[in-house]
Amino acid sequence: MKRAGFSNRWLPILFLIPQLAIIFIFFYWPAAHAIRSSFYLQDPFGFGETFVGLKNYTAMFNSAAYLRSAWFTVIFTVIVTFLSLSIALLLAVKADKVIRGAKTYRTLLMWVYAVAPPVAGVIGLILFDQSWGPIKDFVALFGWDFRLGVDYFDTAFAMVTISVWKQLPVNFIFFLSGLQAIPKSVREAALIDNRSASGRFWDVTFPLLAPTGFFLLIINITYSLFDTFGVIDTVVKGEPGNNPMTLVYKVYVDGFRGNDLGGSSAQSVILMILVLALTIFQFRMVERRIHYT
Amino acid sequence: MAQVSLNNVRKVYPNGFEAVKPASFRIEDGEFVVLVGPSGCGKSTMLRMIAGLEDISDGALTIGDRVVNDVDPADRDIAMVFQNYALYPHMTVAKNIGYGLKNRKIPAADIAAKVQEAATMLNLTDYLDRKPSQLSGGQRQRVAMGRAIVRDPSLFLFDEPLSNLDAKLRNQMRIEIKALQRRLGVTSVYVTHDQVEAMTMADRIIVMNAGRIEQIGTPAEVYHSPASTFVASFMGAPPMNLLTGRAEAGRVRVGNVMLHQHHEDRDLTVGIRPEDIIPDSHGHLEVEVTLIEELGAHRLLHGQMQGHPLTIHVGKDHPVETGHIRAAIKPNAVSLFDPASGVRL
Ligand SMILES: Nc1ncnc2c1ncn2[C@@H]1O[C@H](COP(=O)(O)OP(=O)(O)O)[C@@H](O)[C@H]1O
Ligand SMILES: [Mg+2]
Repeated sequence: MKRAGFSNRWLPILFLIPQLAIIFIFFYWPAAHAIRSSFYLQDPFGFGETFVGLKNYTAMFNSAAYLRSAWFTVIFTVIVTFLSLSIALLLAVKADKVIRGAKTYRTLLMWVYAVAPPVAGVIGLILFDQSWGPIKDFVALFGWDFRLGVDYFDTAFAMVTISVWKQLPVNFIFFLSGLQAIPKSVREAALIDNRSASGRFWDVTFPLLAPTGFFLLIINITYSLFDTFGVIDTVVKGEPGNNPMTLVYKVYVDGFRGNDLGGSSAQSVILMILVLALTIFQFRMVERRIHYT
Repeated sequence: MAQVSLNNVRKVYPNGFEAVKPASFRIEDGEFVVLVGPSGCGKSTMLRMIAGLEDISDGALTIGDRVVNDVDPADRDIAMVFQNYALYPHMTVAKNIGYGLKNRKIPAADIAAKVQEAATMLNLTDYLDRKPSQLSGGQRQRVAMGRAIVRDPSLFLFDEPLSNLDAKLRNQMRIEIKALQRRLGVTSVYVTHDQVEAMTMADRIIVMNAGRIEQIGTPAEVYHSPASTFVASFMGAPPMNLLTGRAEAGRVRVGNVMLHQHHEDRDLTVGIRPEDIIPDSHGHLEVEVTLIEELGAHRLLHGQMQGHPLTIHVGKDHPVETGHIRAAIKPNAVSLFDPASGVRL
């Protein structure tokens, strides 16, 4: 790698300071604070705190609500990740057939990527809206009395659907460019070697997409776990009630609605460990396998 | 094994470009045919139509006794070697070679035996467990060959299979491919832009230019009796000398030198291979040599005759100097072409 020359060795550090400051103020400092407060019981009205050791953690793991939320988070993550990856892959494979070589289509599809995620989320909510969303009316035709924010399953269904819907364009574009990166001649060699299109897909295309797929898997797990906060918040509207919620949302609900800062901190420490584990796993895998040249 | 025949086969790409003009020819059983021409002339398009990778716009393609226009590539009983080898990067050498067999419902034990046999033939036995990225260019090329021969197809198709190799390896693989084809006796169509490959490997050469077949013939025919000025200048390095001349009263002259006879009075292009001109102190050509290219085994003299550039090929034992020399033309060595169309007369 080329070394850029700095005559003064403090200069690079000076340039890094704004970024380092941001990371420190918005990440390390709150993280340290959260770890600390997870060992304390906070007075709900802000009058002091008491050291309680691991009590916040034991209380958390003995709480039925927490375990229910953890279980929901696992299922939610698996379903959202699986659906948004597989639907996006299916769409990308279909699109790839059409747009091989055609640059105009590709550009048009890139626009979708640029516009969709925020807009799609809002559209999803409008579609599910309790008073005037068409989906409620549509499923009513099949006798499904859809009650968003009241019925546990219905609410979870809407959360999953909107989350998947929001994540599709990102996955689609990554899969599509992964597909387009597979050399034409390799596909053609497969065309001569194997008459079955599905055989060719599973034997050649899919393994060659594995690096993209693995990258997206991590991105999507992270998305389902953390970035769906907005979707869940809009669906649940800050009224937990009997509604399903993921662990991240529960941190917020318990901390800011329930004013249980110690318990909420303990929960966020668990989430930090989860992120750390996920990151280590990703780096290990990237080093180990899944890249071909 | 099979014959291949094309009957007015034509290719128009969706953008309206006619890459192959209606072409008809027949390739005999076991024959090694080389499609040669400058880059962009439609060789790959022709080959890919035979492979089934490109739709045929018009005409009929027969392999064996089947018209295969609408048959899938996998069902045409062909094997193809691509320019960049097109190996499956995630599969080992053994899996790459065996993949085509696996999909033809051949028992695993037979596949292993055939892969082993092909690997032995190509000196690949030590590399069977490697991935393509761990192989050299020459080894990848062999794997691509192995993938083709293991299937025992009735037709081999090659699209510039050697152009990614260095010169030395290219010469070696050229001989190996040719020997392998002889041994297996499989009908082959080989695409290249390299006229040396075409001359050395082919039983018959098909010369293409701008989507059109210029000539079909044995290497000797194509070299010595080129059907057009295009073939004359494309085949052979250095190319045939092409001089502007005129026939009058039975004699063909370039400037005021008589070179040949022709019955009809007309303008002509006169073609002479550089090696068919011999320095000869009694010869009637007067050449002003301006440059000598030393090539070891022989030399090339570049000069002017009657204001036309001329190249002469002389053996290494012949003393040469720049300046004024005399030369003669070997008997029956002159080709005459129509200057407007370039067609041989
Ligand atoms: N998919 C395509 N669409 C339009 N034109 C094409 C396509 N593929 C090739 N061509 C054109 O057809 C001509 C012949 O191409 P090709 O058969 O690849 O030439 P060669 O193999 O002789 O170099 C070229 O001018 C090329 O630009
Ligand atoms: Mg080509």
